[in-house]
Amino acid sequence: MEAKMSKEKPKVAFYWCSSCGGCEESIVDLAEDILDVVEAIDIVFWPVALDFKKKDVEAMEDGSIAVSFINGAIRLSEQEEMVKLLRKKSQLVVAHGSCSHLGGIPGLGNFWNKETIFNRAYHTTPSTDNPDGTVPLEKVEVEGKELTLPSFYDTVYTLDQVIDVDYYLPGCAPPPDLILNAVKAILEGKLPPKGSVLSPNKSLCEDCERNETKPEKLAIQEIKRPWEVEIDPEKCFLAQGIICMGPATRTGCGERCIEANMPCRGCFGPTDQVYDQGAKFLSALASILDTDDEKEIEKIVDTIIDPAGTFYRFSLPYSILRRRKMEAVK
Amino acid sequence: MNKRITIDPITRLEGHGKIEIFLDDKGDVDRAFLQIPELRGFEQFAVGRPAEEMPRITPRICGVCPTAHHMASTKALDDLFHVEPPPAGKMIRELIYNAFQFEDHTLHFFFLGGPDFVVGPQAPAAERNILGVIGKVGLEAGKKVIRARREARDIINYLGGKVIHPVCGLPGGVSKGLDEEHRIQFLETSKFTVEFAQFALQIFDDIVLKNKEYVDVVVGDAYKIITYYMGLVDENNKVNFYEGDIRVVDPEGKEFVKFKPREYLNHVAEHVEPWTYIKFPFLKNVGWKGFVEGKESGVYRVAPLARLNTSDGMATPLAQEHYEKMYETLGGKPVHNTLAFHWARLIEALQAAESMVKLLENKDITDPKIRNIPTETPDEGVGVVEAPRGTLFHHYKTDEKGIITEANLIVATVNNAAAINMSIEKAAKTFIKGGNVSEGLLNMAEMAFRPYDPCHACGTHALPGDMPLIINIYDKNKDFVKQLKR
Repeated sequence: MEAKMSKEKPKVAFYWCSSCGGCEESIVDLAEDILDVVEAIDIVFWPVALDFKKKDVEAMEDGSIAVSFINGAIRLSEQEEMVKLLRKKSQLVVAHGSCSHLGGIPGLGNFWNKETIFNRAYHTTPSTDNPDGTVPLEKVEVEGKELTLPSFYDTVYTLDQVIDVDYYLPGCAPPPDLILNAVKAILEGKLPPKGSVLSPNKSLCEDCERNETKPEKLAIQEIKRPWEVEIDPEKCFLAQGIICMGPATRTGCGERCIEANMPCRGCFGPTDQVYDQGAKFLSALASILDTDDEKEIEKIVDTIIDPAGTFYRFSLPYSILRRRKMEAVK
Repeated sequence: MNKRITIDPITRLEGHGKIEIFLDDKGDVDRAFLQIPELRGFEQFAVGRPAEEMPRITPRICGVCPTAHHMASTKALDDLFHVEPPPAGKMIRELIYNAFQFEDHTLHFFFLGGPDFVVGPQAPAAERNILGVIGKVGLEAGKKVIRARREARDIINYLGGKVIHPVCGLPGGVSKGLDEEHRIQFLETSKFTVEFAQFALQIFDDIVLKNKEYVDVVVGDAYKIITYYMGLVDENNKVNFYEGDIRVVDPEGKEFVKFKPREYLNHVAEHVEPWTYIKFPFLKNVGWKGFVEGKESGVYRVAPLARLNTSDGMATPLAQEHYEKMYETLGGKPVHNTLAFHWARLIEALQAAESMVKLLENKDITDPKIRNIPTETPDEGVGVVEAPRGTLFHHYKTDEKGIITEANLIVATVNNAAAINMSIEKAAKTFIKGGNVSEGLLNMAEMAFRPYDPCHACGTHALPGDMPLIINIYDKNKDFVKQLKR
């Protein structure tokens, strides 16, 4: 197949770090459109689909890859090495999906550290049978044979905390239309300013069909959890007292979760004007509560279960919090 | 001279994967290791989250099979909150789940495992991909493959919000119902899926079963390991993907144990090795004896062939016919030939498709009552489903407010971790003799793990390309000797 591709086609690389494979699936979900994309580019590196080796990439000239789409957060030494190499070889780097953009769900690991995660995985889970207290090691000899593993970091990083990133494709996973638009923009050289998030810069509420039912002020006494109540499929979640991250989240997703009658959890991250998605949500919530009494506001906010894990569901490593201080855990 | 062979990376595993093969003085295989250099720590960072968020968090374990995690998690919430979904809520879940099982299975056959057979094990590597398959079965068929995937995934998109990480599961039901218009539309889709699954089985029949050379590969010893098997069965011991009891059969096919999801800790334990981040589940009441076969070893297998081996038959009539044919052809139950996973997978795809039709022909599925709101205090719950890649366990404990205090997950592919290692080692031992590492090893090593469809065995193979395999050979001083590559 490679032989059929002309040398003029832009070279494209795909790589995954700490992720689930959903971003790869999102590319396959281009379905029939994928054939056009493949026709227009020359894929030089894609671990899940094509022949590759790190040293093949090392052998490429610096800047010879037109664009690298990198998904997943950075949690292992191997991932850090690989993305630094790809940065060197690529003209453009696109952070593909919530994990590389914001840290994503694996970023919730920043509530903990390597020690607590290993302890849970290899010692205290009830099905684990580990009388000798074995843990995976970066270097180990088994019957005289040396085996190595990449090191596991205490902290999960976003891609741009490790390398320079040109563009961000938001979402968990990014919807096919945004991916296709991004690829087309790159192919046609119609690029937005560096650092852009490739999705409209407005909040999800502005596009949400339920927005008309969102009141100026919410007359709610307490926050409801989705399992506790019948959810009205027409009415704004916040108006129903259910936490929905819409006000603090960028649009472009097609309101897919809302369509399934479930509230937004913020996977697209904040708009350009906002840095910290969680802080933004808290202030948005406080401003729409129908009371000016601070104690009253505090009382309502106190009924929110797991605010940190909800407001920063996808963006903990990206946020000003970054991670929990582990001294506080011990 | 001791040699070391590294296959790095092999792909389409859960995360990255690396095979290390060590040769002894004679140049025969001493040991082979499949290392999984990845861990994300879901069990730890689940702690502190509201239980109802778990169906939205845990699918991120795997973007290839998010629906399996979503459903296991949702069922764990039913158990945790002591609530059952109303009939339509349950039917919608089962519809989503069967649509998922169908699209995942058929995708595997056409894009991944299938090329080995459809195009032929001896075909040039450049043809052993989806384009090669299309070349062999025709463009029309190729278009059908893309359509089948898209339409089945549209059902999940509609009901689940997103096919990659669905959001609709709540304790006691689902968040979105099915209207009559969509019932009719999806019924059409599901009839097409039945036709498509039969078409896939016909291809398997024409290309594999009618070719003695292929059949010999399937039944050969290189791809055979003798183990226990595990899978969910319904009250008649028929294959069920969504619910039931967990049945284990011994290497002779006799029922070893049948247990409820909540009892899993009495039967399954996980062994830890220092050279990989993955754990190795085994049958607790047999014990961990290492990476060895047979009745004395607690190693068991899951996923399509395992499910057929553990059951007394399929739950739907057309799939049952193929079930009978498979065991007749391969010499009765249980079948230990790893390559038969491919056949079993297609039989399961047919059951999934037939089940979709059955669910959608029943108008009760459009009943607007899709949820029962929990009223009891949450405490502890276990949810088990059959993911395409095997039995999947989600186990949560919470405080009285429903905040997770403890989580334990045994993920489908992990159940097969020991067996995958053993299969690779066995194939390597068969094909590497006296230090003679032939080009054919590349294909053979690959064929040893592909039947298990390890978790990142995703549809990315849709793109033209070959299985990336590189084998580096080093001498005992770790000096590079030779590279095999394709």
